[in-house]
Amino acid sequence: MASAAEILTPKDAEGALSPESVVVRFAGDSGDGMQLTGGQFTLSTALAGNDLATFPDFPAEIRAPQGTLFGVSAFQINFGSSDITTAGDAPDVLVAMNPAALKTNVKDLKPGGLIIADSGEFTKRNLEKAKYEASPLEDGSLGAWRVLAFDISQLTMDSVKPFGLGNKEALRCKNMWTLGLALWMFDRSREPIIEWLKAKFAKAPELAEANIAALNAGHAYGETAEIGAEGITLPQYSLAAAPQPQGLYRTITGADSIAYGLVAGAQLAQLPMFYGGYPITPASAVLHSLSKLKEFGVTTFQAEDEIAAIASAIGASYAGQLGVTCSSGPGIALKGEALGLAIMTELPLVIVNVQRGGPSTGLPTKTEQSDLYQAVYGRNGDAPLPVIAARSPADAFECAIEACRIATQYMTPVILLSDGYIANAAEPWKVPDVSSLAPFPVEFLAQAQEGGLMPYARDEKLKRPWIKPGTPGLMHRIGGIEKAQNTGHIDYAPANHQAMTDIRRNKVLGVANSIPDQAVEQGAAGGKLAVVGWGSTFGPIHQAVKRARAKGKDVSHIHIRHIWPMPNNLGDLLKSYERILVPEMNTGQLKTVLRDQYLVDAKPLNKTSGQPFRIAEIEAAIEEMVR
Amino acid sequence: MNDMTPVQKMTPKDWETDQEVRWCPGCGDYAILKAVQRTLPEIGARPENTVFVSGIGCSSRFPYYVESYGFHTIHGRAPAVATGVKLANPELDVWIITGDGDALSIGGNHTMHVLRRNLNCQILLFNNEIYGLTKGQYSPTSREGTRSPSTPYGSVDHPAKPAAFALGAGARFVARGFDVSKNLPDVLKAAYAHKGAAFVEIFQNCIVYNKDVFEDFAAPKGAEDRQLWLKDGEPMLFGSEKTGGVKGIALDRENLRLKVIDVVDGDWQAAGVIVHDVKNRSVAHMLVEMPFGAFPMALGVLYDDPAPSFEEGVIAQNRKASEGKQPDLQRLLSLGQTWVVGPETEAADAGSANVGHEL
Repeated sequence: MASAAEILTPKDAEGALSPESVVVRFAGDSGDGMQLTGGQFTLSTALAGNDLATFPDFPAEIRAPQGTLFGVSAFQINFGSSDITTAGDAPDVLVAMNPAALKTNVKDLKPGGLIIADSGEFTKRNLEKAKYEASPLEDGSLGAWRVLAFDISQLTMDSVKPFGLGNKEALRCKNMWTLGLALWMFDRSREPIIEWLKAKFAKAPELAEANIAALNAGHAYGETAEIGAEGITLPQYSLAAAPQPQGLYRTITGADSIAYGLVAGAQLAQLPMFYGGYPITPASAVLHSLSKLKEFGVTTFQAEDEIAAIASAIGASYAGQLGVTCSSGPGIALKGEALGLAIMTELPLVIVNVQRGGPSTGLPTKTEQSDLYQAVYGRNGDAPLPVIAARSPADAFECAIEACRIATQYMTPVILLSDGYIANAAEPWKVPDVSSLAPFPVEFLAQAQEGGLMPYARDEKLKRPWIKPGTPGLMHRIGGIEKAQNTGHIDYAPANHQAMTDIRRNKVLGVANSIPDQAVEQGAAGGKLAVVGWGSTFGPIHQAVKRARAKGKDVSHIHIRHIWPMPNNLGDLLKSYERILVPEMNTGQLKTVLRDQYLVDAKPLNKTSGQPFRIAEIEAAIEEMVR
Repeated sequence: MNDMTPVQKMTPKDWETDQEVRWCPGCGDYAILKAVQRTLPEIGARPENTVFVSGIGCSSRFPYYVESYGFHTIHGRAPAVATGVKLANPELDVWIITGDGDALSIGGNHTMHVLRRNLNCQILLFNNEIYGLTKGQYSPTSREGTRSPSTPYGSVDHPAKPAAFALGAGARFVARGFDVSKNLPDVLKAAYAHKGAAFVEIFQNCIVYNKDVFEDFAAPKGAEDRQLWLKDGEPMLFGSEKTGGVKGIALDRENLRLKVIDVVDGDWQAAGVIVHDVKNRSVAHMLVEMPFGAFPMALGVLYDDPAPSFEEGVIAQNRKASEGKQPDLQRLLSLGQTWVVGPETEAADAGSANVGHEL
């Protein structure tokens, strides 16, 4: 059984060996267009029928000083003919556009891996900025790897000369030259990129032509210059397409997936959507995506702050639309009081948290799963609300729909946890058949109940009616002060607060009756070890368990979508294993909740470096637990 | 909304709820509540189409006492909640009820932005220059030297001026009144008639923690000399022959500021008294800054010059951006560069690139 990072020997010139997957990392200055290069490479890879996963890793500074170590931006893609679920561990190929990019990334490169470097950027000044005493291309320090260094800058300049661009503009085509080379190496089509360039530079055809020329030149360089520097043959890889179920596919990022899932959720609830947002990394992409979808009955509102973003969404929900807001940890913290208001007034609301490294400003562009406590517990008072977590960009679509369903069917705010990795990563996605999605239309109260209007009457799920202002005869007042049962009037009475606290708790716990039982992703229900995860650790856990099982270990993988309330069968399921391992990109938050809820001896495996787990890290922990 | 049954003339009584009003006896809020309940039938408001949104504080209990839809939200955030309400349903009449602490301390940011955006709503700021509900701490509008539990030696910071703040934030309607004034309903009517954000500062007597702090101009005795009630198209006159003579407000052209001048024999034109033009933003800036004492308190509609409202703009843009587009979710999901995996398709030649706008 082969998997992502095991068989990674590049195919030799004769093509005797065909790797199942290859990990390529593009690294350069944050102004070098590395994310763009990676994104386009992803597209052509998906079009070639490979399964893939990507990991963009960029600095928080928009344009950090050129050539510096902290200004390096990288984009990693793992693609191949087997089921790919992670962005890969160690790269097989590193494209380094300058010394700083080489310095910060080379240590991750697999021994024997290939370095492609732009020697034109290895100037004295750039070497100093990267804190190299001598050029690593010349001092033998890169002996563990194979190095292909050529003057990409000059080659790019030469290729765009006919278009009369200035030096600066010409050099900006470097990323396309590099992309052309990469496309050749991996036998990818240039056509989609060329079309994309023409569309992107429709208003400046000379820039389109220059970029296309650079792209073609890079490709041609691969074709003709097979004997590279120091006699190394430029390897060409050819990966068979991954077997996939039939259907229409596209690539999707988590941000788009969430946006589309929210649109779908609003449609299934038969509601217009109101999205109140405030710019924050890495959540803004959801706002950008939704603001282009007005024809779907979406109103987007960029509020003055995080609090106004959620408060306006609550106002819109009160007025009968589906209120949605999205942020990252620091913004969610600001929204805390308003979340309590939505809980108290029992209005539907979807809150998306695209998690990033914390606390405080933390690591805005790096990924972490450390807001689970905040989502489940992080409010004043006993303030329960349902929490669900997406495992991948594609999964985020379903999770967003699920959040809308719970919010409207239970009259409650719902938190959807995503993270920076899911938001920015792209993966192939089998486009779902919209007609197969089950609708959950909402009903507004049209007239007072028998015996008079009761805004806080309950149905069998403990849900209160949704009453839209504008409806004659149903005028009533709600607010954040404790409500009397049924009437919703202000009520401070001890017995009433006890009863209302219980109702709010039981209503949210009752959501568990509407969700599927917890499934086991891989392995048996019951056995020696369950590896329990949530969110974007799905990929590495999946691969690590797969490898361990291939070695004959009795290991299962359980991945929890419904963080609160948890599926009804989860306790029994967990207790059917001898041991439980919980890998998380935090200091053990799900682990604590599992221990608390089920009194199980869940063991943590924690990582908070701002980087996703490597498969090998989880695999080692599994080995440790099932010898 | 489109109620076809003949509309019965409503009375103030119809706007009362069954809830016991729980302000301190003698609180100015009672008078404001009455003024609002008197105003609503006169402007033809419908309870089902009316929403009162408030923040936190004594004033923010207001929605519980008005027979309409009401939302008592959280401290300072009423303008943000109201923005969502109005964008979701622009047909609703939205009233924001707030206080000096709610609107200018914790919620100052939202007050600024709701005014700047010009959301079509009425904002009634009950200014009592004190924190009442938390038992008497000084507020952002308290005068310098205010002694309170949190400032036993007197406050040292300069007070905010609500009307000046509003105008500075871009408000297109700024008015002033006070709780027991018989003119308050007229001010409220003008606010309602204004399309866009209408900001009304209502001086309100906190009988417990800041008693009679506005007596210097609000007391009935000598009111004529201390209150300047502004009317569009009429000269800015105050005082009377019986008290200390008729006076007017004129422009001190050399120093570009206002001045008080005596009007002899009713000839205000000769004295150079300014005729109030509610659309004159420059004069409005001077009126909101006019210090009480040397000048009378400017009351009534200080400024009223409508501009397109926020929700109009949002709706127009939503409509324009949607023109000719179908809300076809299946199509949306299938946009961008897609490929088909078929039964016999070798993935190597399976690529079918459809370039869509999603790229």
